[in-house]
Amino acid sequence: MTDIDVELVNITKKFGELVAVDDVSIQVTRGSFFSILGPSGCGKTTTLKMISGFEEPDNGDVFIGGERVNGVPPNHRRVNMVFQQLALFPLMTVSANVGFGLKMSGVPKADRQARVEEMLEKVDLPGLGDRKPDQLSGGQQQRVAIARCLILDPTVLLLDEPLGALDLKLRDQMKIQLKRLQHEVGTTFIYITHDQSEALVMSDEVAVMNEGHLLQIGAPDELYSNPADYFVASFVGESNAFEGPITHLENGHAVLSADPFDFKSPTHPDIRVGENCRLFIRPERIRLMSSDAGSDALYDNQFPGEIQDVVFDGAVARAFVDLGHNTVITVLVTRTSDTPLPVEGEAVLVGWNALDALCFPE
Amino acid sequence: MNNNHSTSNSTSTRSSQRNNGGITQAGIRRSRIGRRALWLLFGLYVVVFIIYLYAPLIVTGVLAFNNRDIPSFPWKGLTLDWFYNPNYGKVEVEDETEAAGQIGIGRAGGRVGVFNDQDLLGSIKNSFYVAIAVTALSLVVGTTTALLFERNRFKGDTLLYFAMLAPLVIPGVILGVSILAFGNSIVGPLRAIFGRETVKPIVSLLRPGLFIVVLGQFAWIATMATLIISARLRRFPMVQEDAAMDLGASRFKAITSITIPFLRPALISAGVVSFLLSFENFGTTLFLIGSDPTLPILFFSRLRFEITPQINAVSVVLILGTILLGMAALGLEQLRSSGRG
Amino acid sequence: MTAQDSITTPRKRKFKVPWAIVLPAIPLFLWLSLLIVFPHIRLAILSFLKRGQDIFFLDNFLNIFLGNYLAPFQDPDQLFSRVFFKTVLFSLVNTLLSLIVAYPIAFYLAKVLKGSRKFALLLLLILPYWVSELVRVYAWMNILRETGFLNYLLVNVLGIFDQPVEFLYNNTSLFVVFVYSSVLLMILPIYSSLEGLADEQIQAAEDLGAGPFATFRYVVFPISLPSVTYGCILVFMISAGNYLIPNLIGGKNTLWVTEMIYNRFIISTNWNLGSAYSLILLISTSIMIYLGLRLTGQSLRGVFSEQ
Repeated sequence: MTDIDVELVNITKKFGELVAVDDVSIQVTRGSFFSILGPSGCGKTTTLKMISGFEEPDNGDVFIGGERVNGVPPNHRRVNMVFQQLALFPLMTVSANVGFGLKMSGVPKADRQARVEEMLEKVDLPGLGDRKPDQLSGGQQQRVAIARCLILDPTVLLLDEPLGALDLKLRDQMKIQLKRLQHEVGTTFIYITHDQSEALVMSDEVAVMNEGHLLQIGAPDELYSNPADYFVASFVGESNAFEGPITHLENGHAVLSADPFDFKSPTHPDIRVGENCRLFIRPERIRLMSSDAGSDALYDNQFPGEIQDVVFDGAVARAFVDLGHNTVITVLVTRTSDTPLPVEGEAVLVGWNALDALCFPE
Repeated sequence: MNNNHSTSNSTSTRSSQRNNGGITQAGIRRSRIGRRALWLLFGLYVVVFIIYLYAPLIVTGVLAFNNRDIPSFPWKGLTLDWFYNPNYGKVEVEDETEAAGQIGIGRAGGRVGVFNDQDLLGSIKNSFYVAIAVTALSLVVGTTTALLFERNRFKGDTLLYFAMLAPLVIPGVILGVSILAFGNSIVGPLRAIFGRETVKPIVSLLRPGLFIVVLGQFAWIATMATLIISARLRRFPMVQEDAAMDLGASRFKAITSITIPFLRPALISAGVVSFLLSFENFGTTLFLIGSDPTLPILFFSRLRFEITPQINAVSVVLILGTILLGMAALGLEQLRSSGRG
Repeated sequence: MTAQDSITTPRKRKFKVPWAIVLPAIPLFLWLSLLIVFPHIRLAILSFLKRGQDIFFLDNFLNIFLGNYLAPFQDPDQLFSRVFFKTVLFSLVNTLLSLIVAYPIAFYLAKVLKGSRKFALLLLLILPYWVSELVRVYAWMNILRETGFLNYLLVNVLGIFDQPVEFLYNNTSLFVVFVYSSVLLMILPIYSSLEGLADEQIQAAEDLGAGPFATFRYVVFPISLPSVTYGCILVFMISAGNYLIPNLIGGKNTLWVTEMIYNRFIISTNWNLGSAYSLILLISTSIMIYLGLRLTGQSLRGVFSEQ
């Protein structure tokens, strides 16, 4: 049996009429990197605040380390929080920031100093203790904010989109560093983000939320390849999306009509003929063929088109293929030395099998 | 699951003792209740504070309408006599034996309303003239000074800036006496150089009177105006002025046609602030006033002599006047900012 | 365009009058020299002269007379020194009281209220301060007088007292009115500095185990310290330089330095002594401000630029 560090049982939180969090249950395994992913306003920050104690659920229970903590104020919970804007204390030195929690719990000065230095070492900031936070780079401030919490040895560290304020390049670096740091210290991290790539890169498990509901919990790979519903499918990873009614069933495939195209799609117990559905095809699942590949259908779905644009991104390239009728689909092309890249204006065929697509009722 | 809870329970209790010195449920409840009580106390405090702010003004307002000849409770009915008494000065049958403080129809003619009182009206007029002059001067000098400090870096600019701020930390009373003393001291040299008769008009201006009151008030109100105008000028996008000059305007023309309109909200607030500060000024004015009093000076001297319901009525006029002026300025700014959005 | 101009005509002209500086500097110089600097120099000169003696030029300025400065302290009554220390002490007490009264209000305004409620309270706080100080002080007399509202309430309505009591003319009434007249000057700067303090800072402190007091002590108060200093300077200056409140509300024993200055200038016309009083007040309040800044580790520039 695995240890559970944080458990939310059927929690609900309302702000007036608005149901911010609706009957959400989550279990976070000890020592894991757990993300809650969703667009802004989905209830993820409120969920985090209920774990930290800044909000109380209207219904349901919050357990931290197996102890029910409903009604326990934030300063009595063994969780600590890294805030979105970091909330470092600007007038205190880095050391004073990191040592603040120890000072509050009455740790003597000498002991405190030693532990602060040890912690700064751990987050790769040795010798910067005398600086003020505004003399550090964004990434360094980030680490101070994390060190300030970790020094209290919390059961869980909560992170509220702490990379949001950083620029793109730094964000990519920090993702890796944060994952590594979590691995080193072994503390459970609960990470809130609206950026699916952050969640996918760092997490052991991800919970996807929308409009107060918990939609799916799973490993990043599972969310990507086996999303529970259309929202998860569209929010996690890149997709070509189509929408339309299921016209009929054919050879064990459902046929979705997005005028003027007919797409063969996987069937699903929830899918019935006549129902409006959404279809998602990941760009890497689509094959790009030269137009003279022959008229034999190699794939369940096969359409002629013209390369509209090609965008290079190092090892891979994205080709935007115009299928006519204002429909452009994205195809991921892996660069291998023997295949030439498509060029703009080239006539091509795109194809994919019905089972490569994901289809969900609306 | 239950099993799991109980095992992790024991470990976390141990660790929380190490960290927080042990939390009992009772302690937590106490801190929650304490917290709620603290917020309640906080709200209560704010309410008491608001009462403290408004009680004196409301009491004064009510007393101004009380139908008694002395300014105190209990409430004896509404009268507007202390604002304007239509029977003022009319020959009346006065019953001398009637006890003071009791109302009698025959005595109503003796009540001097604010608008029956020529001295009071004269002092209000004086205050208006002074306030308008101070406001105009302060706006002009405030704008040029703001332009000087916000646009230029020159040798000694910080020193000069602090000199400009100095009037804020000089007590108004000392500002008054120093200007009084200085004005008086240059009378002698002026007479010696230009002759007694030629400088007569100038000398009369240097003597205590409304002119020197204007100067004395301006000396520190100009600092307030400068600060308000500077704050907005700091947000002015210089490119706009450059663009105007690029399109052929001279610097002067660019400032008057682009910068000054941008400053208008600040000029309005600075104007209102200057007007109010001047109109109600007492400390500086006290030393510079001649025989022609402003309203605060007359108010003060009457207050020292005797407290009458008329003083309450004057207070009400002043309270309403300033609040209306302030609200109008605020509303104007609100209107502008919402109109722009 | 302009940048190009300056390249094509590279400083050939010997000297160009910087009109952008000179023009706006003229009114500033007239203002500061004629109304601030010269008058204070005049005050200083007067204070170093014997009564009735005067100079126009510097020739007999060498006879510096210190009597005006020594006399107040040689006076057997020690009237001036008693009044002077009372002024300073009471102004300090008023500053402290105003700070204590103002801080919770500023905090409530900045951190507890949101949106239109905040605006409403702010307006509610500012409104009374638009009213003339004289009216505000007088309004308190209506409450505290022997025939005032408080006595009416206590004697006629509630029946707690048998006889009306004179609440005016004592130290308590003095401070009630002093705080009333100066507390907004304390609230506004503290409020604006607390506005700049993110709620997250307070939450972070709480999250790290700080209770309400520790959060205030280590996180909230340090942020507001420059504004607190600024507010204290303003309130102290306004108290020490006040004339109305000690005159109207204070008791017979509550003579203020400003009242003594008034007496010397207007009533007994010893301008030389009055000038010395004025300078003693001005210099000592400046020293108090300097000490206040040093004590809180602030600079005048920092405190002012914060506002």
